[in-house]
Amino acid sequence: MLSTLCNQDKTASWLLGGIALLSMLVPLFNFIFPVESALHFSAYSVSIMGKYLCFALLGLSLDLVWGYCGILALGQGAFFALGGYAMGMYLMRQIGNRSVYGNPLLPDFMVFLNWQELPWYWYGFEQFWFAALMAVLVPGLLAFVFGWLAFRSRVTGVYLSIITQALTYALLLAFFRNEMGFGGNNGLTDFKDILGFNIQSEAVRASLLLISGLMLILAFVVSRWVMASKLGRVVTAVRDQESRVRFLGYRVEHFKLLVFVFSAMLAGIAGALYVPQVGIINPSEFSPLNSLEIVIWVAIGGRGTLYGAIVGAVLVNYAKTLLTGWAPEIWLFFLGTAFILVTVFLPDGLVGFWQRRFQAQKL
Amino acid sequence: MTELAHKPKTGGLDTSHGPILYLEAVSVSFDGFKALNNLSMYIDAGELRCLIGPNGAGKTTLMDVITGKTTPDSGSVFFGQTIDLLQMDEPAIAEAGICRKFQKPSVFETLTVFENLELALASNKGVWTTLFAKLNGTQRDRIEQVMEIIGLTKHRSHLAGILSHGQKQWLEIGMLLMQEPKVMLVDEPVAGMTHQEVERTAQLLLSLQGERSIIVVEHDMEFVRSIAQHRVTVLHEGSVLTEGTMDEVQNDPRVIQVYLGD
Repeated sequence: MLSTLCNQDKTASWLLGGIALLSMLVPLFNFIFPVESALHFSAYSVSIMGKYLCFALLGLSLDLVWGYCGILALGQGAFFALGGYAMGMYLMRQIGNRSVYGNPLLPDFMVFLNWQELPWYWYGFEQFWFAALMAVLVPGLLAFVFGWLAFRSRVTGVYLSIITQALTYALLLAFFRNEMGFGGNNGLTDFKDILGFNIQSEAVRASLLLISGLMLILAFVVSRWVMASKLGRVVTAVRDQESRVRFLGYRVEHFKLLVFVFSAMLAGIAGALYVPQVGIINPSEFSPLNSLEIVIWVAIGGRGTLYGAIVGAVLVNYAKTLLTGWAPEIWLFFLGTAFILVTVFLPDGLVGFWQRRFQAQKL
Repeated sequence: MTELAHKPKTGGLDTSHGPILYLEAVSVSFDGFKALNNLSMYIDAGELRCLIGPNGAGKTTLMDVITGKTTPDSGSVFFGQTIDLLQMDEPAIAEAGICRKFQKPSVFETLTVFENLELALASNKGVWTTLFAKLNGTQRDRIEQVMEIIGLTKHRSHLAGILSHGQKQWLEIGMLLMQEPKVMLVDEPVAGMTHQEVERTAQLLLSLQGERSIIVVEHDMEFVRSIAQHRVTVLHEGSVLTEGTMDEVQNDPRVIQVYLGD
């Protein structure tokens, strides 16, 4: 299957190969070469690469709903954050009595709030498998309920975009409240271990990078397969002429729902991989601005290609790292300008531009 | 148990009394404008019916009602004797066997000709079946056959968006054929076609009558004359003005008045 996918698309296979190489070579180099060596990657750069890969996965998830299904979802960050919180809850439970207050059962913020026992929804999160499952299921379930209501009522276009934005904003406000039991404003942080290994250690960072890379490749391959199936063609048809598809006998809302839920699950996985690498999850991840940024990554990279989203996510975030270090106040202006320029001059994004040049040369 | 003279098939399509479509006292209004006004009409199984009438007579609204796009304010619409179309939504009606070609050719422009036909193919349209769907030999042959009929075989891997207007019309007729419907609603099939294409369309529609019921809405009178062998229905202001053969209809003073004005 992989080989047929690669035959179809050279650019995509180069990109996938690059990701695989990066996520394998970095851990390998760090294993072989001593810390002083120039070929040894710093903890900072390993984490930041891992972070980019998580963002790439998040961008990919949005491209499925936006690029293929035509749903401009402005709340994709909500699913990412929920996946992140699920992982954060596991990591909190691993702290145990090493916390500031030393309570073996309750995280510090609960002790601080004078809570006597663990809320029911924290049960099970001391198990890694449970947290990992929830990181996928909770975003998937939310997307299912939300999508079922919205698609069944045939809410489309800008109205749908606005309610997805409202969804993430509502979650932002909810998670800010201390009584929700997710650490309020501060969120979850100060993690110690993951699966018994020190989360700060180089080996864990390198492994997380490797896992993020592999997960991205897996998500890409599965998404490609889905979009190359007949279902993918139905979904594209829905994007272009939704009502016409109904007259062919397809239940449009079911197709949209499947893609939306799948996409939310991928975003959840991205969030769960992101949190251990950055060491914190707080309500700001639900911020509508974050979700808008994801849309910009995909627009800049190029919609409806899957790898365009990866390119866009990595490039924009690399620019963000550089610029926010150098002149943080101009970052948003830069992002806005880049978005406008791409929308006006490169409607297919960077990848589309590249493809056209490449094809023009071949002719 | 008493034996009924004929047993109505519950759920299935029952055309034992002749008609396949029953429209009775159907009214639809948009903001006070009566698009359909107490319209009643019956289409027989296997019949090719032409529907004519001036602009705004309610022809497209009628198709919208039959295919579930518009819910009427009153009246009943039955498919056969047992299937109540007003209880069904668009996909359910399409699956039951009523398919439609739109006035403006509505093909999927970012998909190829082959893929357009593949999507229309009569098959299980569920999400999971679609995800794992693979064309079998019979289905592939059917697509080839339809491409042959609509004359687009050499355009099979072209995107539908680059086809000419007439070719898009043909492609949509092809999609209709792929769905293997019992009733075909064909809205302005020959708009934008060359004279030869119009003739081929007429032949195609004539060859399909009998095995399918076809309702054709068309403005091109010459085309209507070439296919209307039985009954023609004239709509005016949301109701049936008259029904009859093409000659009867064309000589009806009311029809002349409606078309030509006072």
